Amino acid sequence: MSNIKKAFENGKAFIAFITCGDPDLETTKEAVIAAVNGGADLIELGIPFSDPTAEGPVIQGANLRALKGGVTTDKIFDFVVDLRKEVTVPMVFMTYANVIYSYGAEAFIGKCREIGIDGLILPDLPFEEKDEFNDICVKNNLDLVSLIAPTSENRISMIAKEAKGFIYVVSSLGVTGTRSNITTDLDSIVKVIRENTNVPCAIGFGISTPEQATKFSSKADGVIVGSAIIKLLEKYGKEAPKYIEEYVHGMKAAI
Amino acid sequence: MTNAKGRFGIHGGQYIPETLMNAVIQLEEAYNHYKDDPEFNRELTNLLNEYAGRPSRLYYAEKMTKDLGGAKIYLKREDLNHTGSHKINNVLGQALLAKKMGKTRLIAETGAGQHGVATATAAALMGMECVVYMGEEDTKRQALNVYKMKLLGATVIPVTTGTATLKDAVSEAMREWTSRIDDTHYCLGSVMGPHPFPTIVRDFQSVISKEIKEQLMEKEGRLPDAVIACVGGGSNAMGSFYNFIEDKSVKLIGCEAAGRGIDTFETAATINTGRLGIFHGMKSYFCQDKYGQIAPVYSISAGLDYPGIGPEHAYLHDSGRAEYVAITDEEAVNAFEYLSRIEGIIPAIESSHAVAYAMKLAPTLDKDKIIVITISGRGDKDCAAIARYRGDKTISDDE
Repeated sequence: MSNIKKAFENGKAFIAFITCGDPDLETTKEAVIAAVNGGADLIELGIPFSDPTAEGPVIQGANLRALKGGVTTDKIFDFVVDLRKEVTVPMVFMTYANVIYSYGAEAFIGKCREIGIDGLILPDLPFEEKDEFNDICVKNNLDLVSLIAPTSENRISMIAKEAKGFIYVVSSLGVTGTRSNITTDLDSIVKVIRENTNVPCAIGFGISTPEQATKFSSKADGVIVGSAIIKLLEKYGKEAPKYIEEYVHGMKAAI
Repeated sequence: MTNAKGRFGIHGGQYIPETLMNAVIQLEEAYNHYKDDPEFNRELTNLLNEYAGRPSRLYYAEKMTKDLGGAKIYLKREDLNHTGSHKINNVLGQALLAKKMGKTRLIAETGAGQHGVATATAAALMGMECVVYMGEEDTKRQALNVYKMKLLGATVIPVTTGTATLKDAVSEAMREWTSRIDDTHYCLGSVMGPHPFPTIVRDFQSVISKEIKEQLMEKEGRLPDAVIACVGGGSNAMGSFYNFIEDKSVKLIGCEAAGRGIDTFETAATINTGRLGIFHGMKSYFCQDKYGQIAPVYSISAGLDYPGIGPEHAYLHDSGRAEYVAITDEEAVNAFEYLSRIEGIIPAIESSHAVAYAMKLAPTLDKDKIIVITISGRGDKDCAAIARYRGDKTISDDE
């Protein structure tokens, strides 16, 4: 069991996603601290990937800007060491399987433990393929976070039974990005999850407004926001952290 | 691994978002049901024969054989199929399967546009909606195919992300599929992506090697000594190799696009320059940097301009059953011109990579040896680009 559970100990959790190195690691550090000051309970740090197939245009843009800026996995590891001096909330990496596989799973996951990363979210590693990294994660006390989608249906119980850390409930079909309308029957999905596990679940994909935060946090244990924060970085660049703090504060207050 | 589903050795698998898992599981179930269904196979065979024009010819290239002065050369003429390439074999199979599954809409990625045109064709024939994702760079390189797809009633969406080529078109088609699954089948064009696609596409393309075997048996009374095909994702090569895998005397040779050379960054030769990775739903070899970022590959051929290779090819490489060689732009263009002049057959620039290797191999072999080159497609679509490459101004309206 990792530190992730702490994110869910004080009411509903607000989970903030930030891409490392967008536009540079100094700004990412300030953005993370701003999100924590604004009330974020868990930070999802994105390690950029050249071809993020689960992302919409906003997070694709962040990945591209970060890679153009020269960020690498090793630079991000050093950055997290530095960040951990100031940030105590749980932090997970969100990236794609190849970033870990290419680095060497043992080396990558071992390094995660060493620098204080609590879990991994890998959108291209479904239940059937989790053995790729699961044993190494268990050995290193890292939670490999499971995702459940609107199309999971008969798979929900199977996934929930083996879930660790928290369950990432994907709110709608498609890729990441803000949405005005989410129609998935999340109550039914969460109900099946609850019947199968005590691991908390948080809803993400498309959540950007305080109204949505209120609505979706009432259905689960927390909400995950990515694109809306990335949009602030896209718009304000190095000036983004103060807007992020204000934004997260408003969202946390709404849940 | 506890789960060996869809694996070729260590390669393959299903590395895709959870949102798509039930879709690929349903596809696998449907495929397993219909592949042995007599009615489905009757319909498919009828389409392949009456509509696509199969079987394709196995042509003895006598002039080329004499000119090169070595092994006897046969050309498997997939370029003569309806829509001008081998892509139609797979597309008719998948479209028919999708229709049986109750899908009303096909989406596809395309590089050179051959798979896009084939998908648009099948959609027109079967009364289905069709959307094709094509890298913006490729829409320029292959404007004729863009027009054809539109003419056939498809919507072509230029993809501007990344390198704006085939890999980005695949990524975008996968993204689109996660947003619309109920009525949509992703008609993947090569032996790649998550299980069951590499198997389905291979099976539908294996008609190529089945015919080569029968036709050569009829003409020569024996097996070939080598089968040569170009490899991007690897569908025409897999189709050309498949029925020979157990015939150990037959050398299987895949020709990758070296672009400006495998010692340059402007290459798409995955086996020769890539390493193991996980991308686009599969474990296989990929051109990538030290940190696993997928490399911006390059080849003059839009159809081979892909940073990965199908998992079964990766396995055939590991096991040593097939050999993968790299052919440069210059060698491919020379072969494009050579086959046009010597046999009056204009091959696709993709297929020209296979012709180029045969031109090197044939003279080294005795005259009693037989090699088969799969001409995966016709070269009309490439004329403008090759003219440009050579500085020929005949096709003046092209840039």
